[in-house]
Amino acid sequence: MAGKTATSGVVPASGWQKFWSDFSESPTAVGALFVFLVVLFIAIFAPIVSPTNPYDLASVDIMNSRLEPGSQDFEGNVFWLGTDGAGRDMLSAIFYGLRVSLGVGALSGVVALIIGAAVGLSAAYFGGRFETLAMRIVDIQLSFPSILMALVILAVFGKGVEKTIIALVLVQWAYYARAARASALVEKNKEYVEAAQCLALGDRRIILHHIMPNCLAPLIVVGTLQTAHAISLEATLSFLGLGLPITEPSLGLLIGNGFEFMYSGDYWISIFPGVALLITIVSINLVGDQLRDIFNPRLQR
Amino acid sequence: MTAFILRRSLQSIIVLLVMSLIVFVGVNLVGDPVDMLINPEADQFEIDRVIRELGLDRPVAEQYWYFMINAFQGDLGRSFVFGEPALKLIIQRMPATMELALFSLFIAISFGIPLGVYAGLKPTSKISRTIMASSILGFSMPTFWVGIILIMFFSVNLGWLPSTGRGDVATYFGITSSIFTLDGLSHLFLPAFNLALFKLSSVIRLARAGTREVILQDYIKFARAKGLGEGRIIRVHLLKNIMIPIVTVIGLEFGSLIAFSTVTETVFAWPGMGKLIIDAIYNLDRPIVVAYLMIIVLIFVTLNLIVDIMYSFLDPRVRIKGVS
Amino acid sequence: MDPILQIKDLQTHFFTKAGVLKAVDGVSLEIGAGEIVGLVGESGSGKSITGFSIMGLVDAPGRIVGGQILFKGQDLAKLSPAEMQAYRGNRIAMIFQDPMMTLNPVLRIETQMVETILSHDSSVSKIDAHARARDALGLVGISSPDERLRAYPHQFSGGMRQRVSIAIAMLNRPDLIIADEPTTALDVTIQGQVIHEMQRLCQETKTALLWITHDLAVVAGIAERICVMYAGRVVEQGPNANVIAAPMHPYTTGLLGSVPGQNRRGQPLQQIEGMVPSLMNLPTGCAFQNRCNLVSDICTSTNPDAISTKDGRLVRCHNIAAGDSA
Repeated sequence: MAGKTATSGVVPASGWQKFWSDFSESPTAVGALFVFLVVLFIAIFAPIVSPTNPYDLASVDIMNSRLEPGSQDFEGNVFWLGTDGAGRDMLSAIFYGLRVSLGVGALSGVVALIIGAAVGLSAAYFGGRFETLAMRIVDIQLSFPSILMALVILAVFGKGVEKTIIALVLVQWAYYARAARASALVEKNKEYVEAAQCLALGDRRIILHHIMPNCLAPLIVVGTLQTAHAISLEATLSFLGLGLPITEPSLGLLIGNGFEFMYSGDYWISIFPGVALLITIVSINLVGDQLRDIFNPRLQR
Repeated sequence: MTAFILRRSLQSIIVLLVMSLIVFVGVNLVGDPVDMLINPEADQFEIDRVIRELGLDRPVAEQYWYFMINAFQGDLGRSFVFGEPALKLIIQRMPATMELALFSLFIAISFGIPLGVYAGLKPTSKISRTIMASSILGFSMPTFWVGIILIMFFSVNLGWLPSTGRGDVATYFGITSSIFTLDGLSHLFLPAFNLALFKLSSVIRLARAGTREVILQDYIKFARAKGLGEGRIIRVHLLKNIMIPIVTVIGLEFGSLIAFSTVTETVFAWPGMGKLIIDAIYNLDRPIVVAYLMIIVLIFVTLNLIVDIMYSFLDPRVRIKGVS
Repeated sequence: MDPILQIKDLQTHFFTKAGVLKAVDGVSLEIGAGEIVGLVGESGSGKSITGFSIMGLVDAPGRIVGGQILFKGQDLAKLSPAEMQAYRGNRIAMIFQDPMMTLNPVLRIETQMVETILSHDSSVSKIDAHARARDALGLVGISSPDERLRAYPHQFSGGMRQRVSIAIAMLNRPDLIIADEPTTALDVTIQGQVIHEMQRLCQETKTALLWITHDLAVVAGIAERICVMYAGRVVEQGPNANVIAAPMHPYTTGLLGSVPGQNRRGQPLQQIEGMVPSLMNLPTGCAFQNRCNLVSDICTSTNPDAISTKDGRLVRCHNIAAGDSA
């Protein structure tokens, strides 16, 4: 396995060590990775790291609504990032929001990756009418902006968690399909695939065990950048009130909720969830940019 | 040249027809339009009457046929909410959206190309690094959140610019637009800047990538060997070459500006067709949704056609191929 | 013959991260007015960088760190960028290797020619500039020049494009043309045509020509003098006939031996063993020592100085005695 990937030039010979030394060439990317890991940690352990549970009605007091950042309530609890219109601690709401946003983004990313890779790899491997048709659909879909696709899907199906995830998957799968096909076409013509075919291995085995491992690098790059895109798109849809329901308050919903208070000067209700969203997206994008530079032999200086 | 345009137009019409089928099937056949159309208290007689009137008792192919015939006559159905023809409602709001999108494009190009070319010419300078870092930021920031920040900063805190609605319009040379009045411009600026930001980042990236590639070409060195000034080399030899990919991408992505204006129009309460479609989705106003999608598809297909034709004007190599 | 160009001890170094690369390290050569000089060397010998140094077109991280480039007595290395620009394409012109790459693909030939005239003399009218461009195309043997002026580069064949490049170089009647491998990318039949075209034009217009090539056979036919470079230095220069007939430097001997057709049929083609040493890390002594079959102790310790011979050559080799003649 290691030897095979090395000859394809995708992952350098000494594996992880070489990968890390390439990756850590950019201090920005290392910093971004660290920030992303912190965000991920917070998202996973939100119930533990949050000062309060913002959706536990017992711990939320309407008397505390719209407090400025750094205020205290009568019991001496500090709201570092203030409270929203219902008296929820913004910091806790953001931690829980990260959980929802990252969860939806990651889940839709994984499903889209699986569908897209399956279509792209089979298209490249089998070719013929199936390839023509699949790639025609991919082309047409990619010529329309993602926000429009998502709006159409939500207009047809209505809002909700599964529907938002479906919309995000349908928007993204084409990117994965295109990337998977492009790299699989290169791999397909290499000698090891011919060798595997001579051994009369099954198509499924050749695709999954021989071609796919060598197409992983570009898919990982597309995956990071697309996940950031999905998180941003989900936030946009939820902000517009078309994405997640209020029972699953993602960062986009928090921002949307705070929008109305903006005009009265209560900036923190909208701004801080936005900052959290921005940090998440930028850190993923920076990591993705660096991955792309590492994996792209053309750009290696 | 004419043959080339004709062939491309024909392709466009085919794409348009295919997309109309998808939109029709997507919106009219998923879910039951009767639920949405008819008052829940209506009796069976009333229900049957409406179904017949809308042709919902006919086969799908026939329904599509009538939909297309009506569409060609400019009838895309009536809005449930406004009770007016959907097409008319959209056309009414189109100038506001077009004005917003075009002004954004203007901002993106007039800032993006100089910044990108500069960053490409001096890739290691501090200013270039700042430009590129900002472009990653601009690329990552969700449009709606930037809009909120702009409102907070320029409208709420500084009070410089209005945050909602479209301002006064005036008509010159047969064009009615808010860019002709001060009030109109002040209303237009924030939403246009908001919408431009995303495009600005991609124009910068494209211009920089193009510059870095073209500047290494022999013909640039040959131009220097001819004794041309740096100014002419950049303005003529470099810019003409990098404009080809930039025009292509900008043209193709003008459609995405219109699509993303749905978000900006909602944030800034801009009375364009983007806000109309978001409201229509809320209100389950399907004729508006269908009509909007058909118009958008038309715009996309037309843009693709225009870009292809412009491309052939910019790149003499394509032009010759297109003729033969 | 008065030298139109006199290069004295030119040093052009590249300051890379890995170290200083001495691409040109002490090159001296002269070109008389109207004279054709062949500058020959392997790739990496510094011959192209010498050409670009004269033009003031050395790309970063390279720069001229020493020596003089006297053009009609004026040291080009000391000129400001703006002053140098006035010489380029005007008094000194250059022709590049690959004609497919040197013309801008999106500009008409006319634009690319007229701008060359107008950027040096803005008082010329557009009509006159057009007429001069047309005449220049006619001069290099392009038929129906009026029609060809309106064409784009991709409508020309490789040989035609190189003729256009030559026409552009000739536009302002320069005193010197630097031709960097101008025929290498062309078909063999076209090569011969272009070589003779260049020779004829330079004779008619009394233009000096520095012909840079790796192919000794090409310059052997047209150059009056030949200059052989190795690892950033000129190792042998002298009149064409003398150098070709009786090379003195072992490297020149090797180069001549590796030209097909010099040997008798059936004999294996001679070749120079080994590789050009890294310019980043040249050995002490003669740079050719590792490939030379006449190497002795002195070659590995001291770098040979240029020695003048009786027949008007300069040779850098310890095996040549001063005033020696082969």
